[in-house]
Amino acid sequence: MSVFDWIVQVTGIALAVAAAPVFVGWVNQCRAWLQNKSAPSILLPYRGIRKLFHKDAVIAVNASPLFRLAPYVVFGAMVTAAAVIPSIATRLPFTQAADAIALVGLLATARVFLSLAAMDVGTAFGTMGARREMMIGFLAEPALLVVIFVVSLTCATTALPMIAERLSAQSFALNPSLAFTAVAFTMVLLAENARIPVDNPATHLELTMIHEALLLEYSARHLALMEWAAALKLFNYACIGFAVFIPWGIATTHAPVSLAVSVVLLGVKLAVAGAGLALIETVSAKLRVFRAPEFLATAFLFAVLGLLVRLLLGA
Amino acid sequence: MSYALDSPLMLCLLLLTAWSLVGLAGLARPSSIAFAGRTLFPLGALLGVGLAVAAAMNLNHPAEQLVLPIGLPDLPVHLRLDGLSSIFMILLGAASAGISIFAAGYFRQGEGTAPGLLCLQYHLFLASMGFVLLADDAYAFMLAWETMALSSYFLVTTQHRIPEIRQAGFLYLLMAHLGAIAILLSFGVMQGGSWHFTFDAMRAAHLDPHWATVAFSLALIGFGAKAGLVPLHVWLPEAHPAAPSPVSALMSGVMLKTALYGMIRVSFDLLGQPMWWWGLLPLCLGLFSALYGVVFAAAQTDMKRLLAYSSIENIGILFTGLGLAIVFAGVDMHAAAALTLIAVMYHAMNHAFMKSLLFLGTGAVLHATGERNLGHLGGLIHRMPWVAWLTLIGVLAIAGLPPLNGFVSEWLLLQSFLFAYKVPHPFVNMLLPLGAALLALAAALAGYVMVKFFGVIFLGRPRESTLKRAHDAGFAERLGLAWLALGCVLLGFLPTHVISLFSIVTRELELGGLPQSDAPWWLLVPIPERQSSYAPLAFFAVILIVVVLAFVSVRFFYHQRIRKGAAWDCGFGRLNSRMQDTAEGFGQPIRHLFQPLFAIVRELPSPFDSNPRYRLEIGDRIWRALYQPLGAFVRQIADKVAWLQQGRIATYLLYSFVTLVVLLALML
Repeated sequence: MSVFDWIVQVTGIALAVAAAPVFVGWVNQCRAWLQNKSAPSILLPYRGIRKLFHKDAVIAVNASPLFRLAPYVVFGAMVTAAAVIPSIATRLPFTQAADAIALVGLLATARVFLSLAAMDVGTAFGTMGARREMMIGFLAEPALLVVIFVVSLTCATTALPMIAERLSAQSFALNPSLAFTAVAFTMVLLAENARIPVDNPATHLELTMIHEALLLEYSARHLALMEWAAALKLFNYACIGFAVFIPWGIATTHAPVSLAVSVVLLGVKLAVAGAGLALIETVSAKLRVFRAPEFLATAFLFAVLGLLVRLLLGA
Repeated sequence: MSYALDSPLMLCLLLLTAWSLVGLAGLARPSSIAFAGRTLFPLGALLGVGLAVAAAMNLNHPAEQLVLPIGLPDLPVHLRLDGLSSIFMILLGAASAGISIFAAGYFRQGEGTAPGLLCLQYHLFLASMGFVLLADDAYAFMLAWETMALSSYFLVTTQHRIPEIRQAGFLYLLMAHLGAIAILLSFGVMQGGSWHFTFDAMRAAHLDPHWATVAFSLALIGFGAKAGLVPLHVWLPEAHPAAPSPVSALMSGVMLKTALYGMIRVSFDLLGQPMWWWGLLPLCLGLFSALYGVVFAAAQTDMKRLLAYSSIENIGILFTGLGLAIVFAGVDMHAAAALTLIAVMYHAMNHAFMKSLLFLGTGAVLHATGERNLGHLGGLIHRMPWVAWLTLIGVLAIAGLPPLNGFVSEWLLLQSFLFAYKVPHPFVNMLLPLGAALLALAAALAGYVMVKFFGVIFLGRPRESTLKRAHDAGFAERLGLAWLALGCVLLGFLPTHVISLFSIVTRELELGGLPQSDAPWWLLVPIPERQSSYAPLAFFAVILIVVVLAFVSVRFFYHQRIRKGAAWDCGFGRLNSRMQDTAEGFGQPIRHLFQPLFAIVRELPSPFDSNPRYRLEIGDRIWRALYQPLGAFVRQIADKVAWLQQGRIATYLLYSFVTLVVLLALML
């Protein structure tokens, strides 16, 4: 591994960390347009984060060190995940450290820390949020893993960069098992990132929310890190989706031209995906919390169906 | 003596004998806590470390055998130390070292059995587990197995004055003996007509496939009852809460693994080449146990019962892997079988450390607060930081989160499931990968359970005012917890080294090791052609770097001002600790989702009750559907047979007379 590889790697991480709030801003902008509202600036999430960093942190008197540690761990886990996912190039040095299954484990680590931190202060909303977050998580995680199994069986590897390379080498054809898993993956993405129909990112009505309930006790820099981590999580999920379902354009060599093309294509993919996400959120209604398991069970079954189709037809 | 130290087997034997002697020494001053605690238990821990080292020394040697001329005439005791028993001996020694150190500070005055006697039972239990691993003939094995069952029975019933504990102990003893009968019968089938009960004779016997199947099924029942495989799991959630915490840790962490050892020994060693379809039974039962255990764990309100159900889940994972390995070995997919078996042994080792750590953590909480019910705990991270942070390591490990150890074995197991589509049998090759999906579901649910476990005990506000007096664990207890937590971390960070130890066993079982890869030591690449890799250390390093960078740069670019305030109560103003989620509440989504599995009895108050009462009882459907009718049936038969007991000597003499006449008639 040359120095140049590491430069590309670090640039990629920095790009992901920097682009994530913009991506969230773009989704919000699209959603506002679709709802006939005047859209906020695409940089609004950045301004929010900056504002939070400037504020004084207020922490509950009975918060433990775990509460203050958690935002850093969650943020760290998300940045590590961004380092593992082949978003602009596949031949990066750090991608070896984890395959797709380990990536799912990493996302679970972040979730567990988030939930533990929410339980730390001991308010009703925090613990309720933790319970709901873990409920969503234990259903979404196996669905995501089955999605990964399907593509690993197709590509004979569980390493995400290899999956992206092998799938992009194939000519484009509608692959039935991948179609099923794509539906499953989209549903998992919606659930895991607190999007409608499972959760509403714009709500502050305590009884219906999940993600906001977890963060209720956080303020200032801790909240900023948590928000940033949430944006990174959405970005990471989008990039996992690109690597698995539309891998074309991700650079397989480190020639400057292919890297540049890859970055531009990533931008285009993100723009389209963000618009699609906004569309889904606009046309669907939020489910009651107890409908969420059904939604995720459907995702799980779609993924299992994809697995069966893959094994039956070999396609 | 020099001979003894040259041979790891002799060394192990000496150390096991020393364990028994340490136990006997406890009888010298039976009522002295100080003697047992300060001297004998730490000594036992040292012997445990020694045992682990001795067994590790043996790993690169060929198997060693020894015949001891003790026991019945013409029936000497055969002992053997090979790779498989060495691995489990390491597990026994290393995990019990931590538990013994903890126990040194744990046992207090006035807890039922006198400390000296407890020390004897405890060390006999340890030594008998060691002899189970060394035994090389059916007699020695059964002798050690029964000693293990009996000594642990007495340990479970330490507080024998409480009727529930006596009941739990009885159930345990009953299940242990049902299992022992099945194992005995299995050995009886495996000797294959030679009437030699050494394991060598069993290896040499060529069994008819039908008889081999019978032997395998009997072994599965016997070892499954000891391991707590559903539906033979009923004793586990009763016995674990009844026993003192170090004993629960030892039973759950180590004793259950002897059953796994027995199963591996029978299926891969004594029976020779297993048939592939044998594997389907442990596989299905294992998957069911994993899901059943974890779903019930989520619904528990007693912290030790919760952990007991979590043990059922982990046993389920182990047997799933074992079944998969048998399927692979049966269809000659040796590399896949080796990988799966390595994953199973890895998980057994992990579970020994993490479950012991959690049980000891509950022990420390129990001592500090006197509470086992999750509904009366909370906020203990402030009062007992040592216990809380060390337990957190175990919680993260058992939830299967990288970079700790629980993740590595689950990762390996999922990797081996991805070979399953190559099994050359239709339908089976399609259904097997679905097992991976169920395994993933169980693993994710384990995360839920562990967040509940840790969050309700250690986080939030204290649910009772008495918790303010809780104190942190003493030095010996902390040391024991730290030892086990260190084990979790090392097993997680150095997977390549651990796996190279396990491949010695798979090579010995003629499955071959893992393929050689030119990956560096910190990178785990189990299947080179699949290019799946995992590097826990790099993982951890990057997270750590980002955490530190984020921390430092926030301080550098902004500020570090912090204010303390009351928790946000939405302007209500009277927030109290009773408003937190309870353990029941936290488990409610699971209860709701998996309703058919539970037998739920619920009493709701009517609006007009002057003294409203809400009662919720969650029962085990298997207990009601299988064990209660069985128990009633046995009782009925016993009532009928009781007619024979007339209580008059004349009648009994008549019975003897009739028996003699019948025997004579048969002989003539």
